[in-house]
Amino acid sequence: MTEEIIIAGFGGQGVLSMGKIMAYSGVMQDMEVSWMPSYGPEMRGGTANVIVIISSERISSPIIKRFDTAIILNQQSLDKFESSIKPGGVLIYDSNGITRHPERKDITIYSVDATEEASRMNSPKTFNMIVLGGFLKVKPIVKLDNVIKGLKKSLPERYHNLIPMNENALTRGMEIITEVQKAK
Amino acid sequence: MEKELRLMKGNEAVAEAAIRAGVDGYFGYPITPQTEIIEYLMEANPSQTTGMVVLQAESEIAAINMVYGGAACGKKVMTSSSSPGISLKQEGITYIAGAELPCLIVNVVRGGPGLGTIQPAQSDYFQSVKGGGHGDYHLIVLAPASVQEMADFVDLGFELAFKYRNPVLMLSDGAIGQMMEKVYLSPQKERSKVFPDWATTGKPATRERNIITSLDLDPNGQELFNRKLVAKYDKIREKEVRYEEFQCEDAEYLLVAYGTSARVCQKSVQLAREQGIRVGLLRPITLFPFPTKRINELADRVKGILSVEMSAGQMVEDVLLAANGKVPVWHFGRMGGIVTTPEEVIENLKSKIIGG
Amino acid sequence: MAEATGIKEIIKPENLVYKKTKLMTDNTLSYCPGCGHGTAHRILAEVIDEEGLQSQTIGVSPVGCSVLMYNYLDVDMQEAAHGRAPAVATAIKRLLPDKFVFTYQGDGDLAAIGTSETIHACNRGENILIIFINNGIYGMTGGQMAPTTLEGMKTSTSPYGRDVKTMGNPLKMTDIVATLPGTYYVTRQSVHTPANVRKTKKAIRKAVQYQKLDKGTCFVEIVSNCPSGWKMTPVQSNKWMEENMFPFYPLGDMKTPEE
Repeated sequence: MTEEIIIAGFGGQGVLSMGKIMAYSGVMQDMEVSWMPSYGPEMRGGTANVIVIISSERISSPIIKRFDTAIILNQQSLDKFESSIKPGGVLIYDSNGITRHPERKDITIYSVDATEEASRMNSPKTFNMIVLGGFLKVKPIVKLDNVIKGLKKSLPERYHNLIPMNENALTRGMEIITEVQKAK
Repeated sequence: MEKELRLMKGNEAVAEAAIRAGVDGYFGYPITPQTEIIEYLMEANPSQTTGMVVLQAESEIAAINMVYGGAACGKKVMTSSSSPGISLKQEGITYIAGAELPCLIVNVVRGGPGLGTIQPAQSDYFQSVKGGGHGDYHLIVLAPASVQEMADFVDLGFELAFKYRNPVLMLSDGAIGQMMEKVYLSPQKERSKVFPDWATTGKPATRERNIITSLDLDPNGQELFNRKLVAKYDKIREKEVRYEEFQCEDAEYLLVAYGTSARVCQKSVQLAREQGIRVGLLRPITLFPFPTKRINELADRVKGILSVEMSAGQMVEDVLLAANGKVPVWHFGRMGGIVTTPEEVIENLKSKIIGG
Repeated sequence: MAEATGIKEIIKPENLVYKKTKLMTDNTLSYCPGCGHGTAHRILAEVIDEEGLQSQTIGVSPVGCSVLMYNYLDVDMQEAAHGRAPAVATAIKRLLPDKFVFTYQGDGDLAAIGTSETIHACNRGENILIIFINNGIYGMTGGQMAPTTLEGMKTSTSPYGRDVKTMGNPLKMTDIVATLPGTYYVTRQSVHTPANVRKTKKAIRKAVQYQKLDKGTCFVEIVSNCPSGWKMTPVQSNKWMEENMFPFYPLGDMKTPEE
């Protein structure tokens, strides 16, 4: 099993940390992982993206151009990465702020309205956990308890009191994700 | 003791491995994409635990000369930087080579020339293995292809550096430095309390004074020293070649790639074999000494060799020398901070070698 | 013969008032006749010996006339790249904090190519002694202009005299480092008369004591002569130094600890 994922959005949306929690969850499940961020000035206020690979085998290239799943959190990223999804692959996106919706017909598309949900839950910081929950519903490659373990590993101890809130957000994400289109 | 599993960036792994290897001193200067190394060390504050000195120098030049001073005291000392900073260090590096001092230098390569880009590249190959600074010298060059190797090569680097009294360069790149992978970390080693007999530690009455210098104004003396270095490098060529082979057993075509490019090429091998093309990969782990002999042997069995690196074609010169005209050798690489894709490698293999 | 008897009388141990310093080796100095380097080496060696620090000392020699200093002092020494001695010494002292660490640098080394290393080592207050030999010229390469060359002074790269408009002004590095909080003791001395030798030796001894007490950077400038570079006899050069160098580089303490 190898799952090749790109997560892309604005800097500050928690793109990199979502990827990190995903990677940690993979580690907790005794799998091979790699987390390859975009780095440098483009991170500061601009777009941010990270490639996460979770695999039962040794990972070859950590930098790839074709993905099984793309998690897209802004318009620029949708424009940039929609074409990089493998035929039959998965696109998960938050429609908040999206003016041009995905157009490909050969991929399965899900929407997760995490921005809206996070503000409804009055915890904007759990936005990325809602998205992650949605992803896990669609691609249950790691078990939820390993994700919680991953969260504990990637969060400094002083933030461990926030774990129940994040767990809640994960569950909520699983509930609200909806299929928009099945791959043809 | 059991190894500890962590998920870390390559840069963080180097820093943590340095503390655990019992390194005595780190001297550095911030530059992207390797600044996490000094940040991690400052945060970890090992002066309070192992007693390791961590110092932010005023320049790359000062940092490498601090390494000179520390290494001359027989201590395990290191520095790290990225390409433009490594250029600045070249003066110090040739003095260190000339004074035969052991140390570890980490280069997390970015694209050049000049200020270039902060994205990953492999365009410092010539600088690393063919010279860099002035004079006849070689560094031992280790090329990690994973976060695990960035950690492991700290220990290996110091082992080789002290074994041969020679500076060791870890030639990584922005991709391996910035990515996170699983890494198994060795248990904490104690810092050494014994010093080599050549070190300047204060002259007791029981021995002659120790002098660390790279100067000999007498040409005969200097040539003798040069010959001594040549003999040392020959011994290193004989004993320390390291490489990894991936599906070379039945390969009709051979890829040669190190570091990030080797990871990409591993995927290319898989994809090519799915298309029925029998491709193998040889990954040099040491770039000096280069696996010349092994490539020469493989050249007897394959129909062509593609050297893949993120540069305009540097390592390919060593591959050409190794193949010695037996089979066609071509270069393929992206530049400017662009990482080659596995598919591009196969396309180039087809167009340059198979169809060529 | 009366004369021979006289010598025999003089060399009797009980009449010995001056001898070769134990910590100077038997190697022949490479310095020109009349040059101040030999005297500066000697008093440094005397202080190290008298303080019982031979086994505790690590010195750093520069690039310049004193590049071969390690041949003359019987202590562990490192030869640094041009200008980098303060960075080299920084690491030595940080890694071996109980040792006595000094650098010995000329004006080209310390005040031109090594300006950055000098200022930053002093600014960090590295607990080392920096000895700065200022003779206003590059000696080893044969008499080129140094950062400390006086206005109007002729050298092979300022053959019509140093024109400060195009070649810059002579740099007072010692005054600069005295302003830095990291320096503890900053002084300017000379070694051209017995009285000045005694003062300089006293200054070096103080610096050694301060280093033992972990006080920060001690900086001893020695204004010196360069008979060859200045194209003068040793006697002329000392006179010229008094008349021209000292007015611009006045001798005396610039920063002394409040005691």
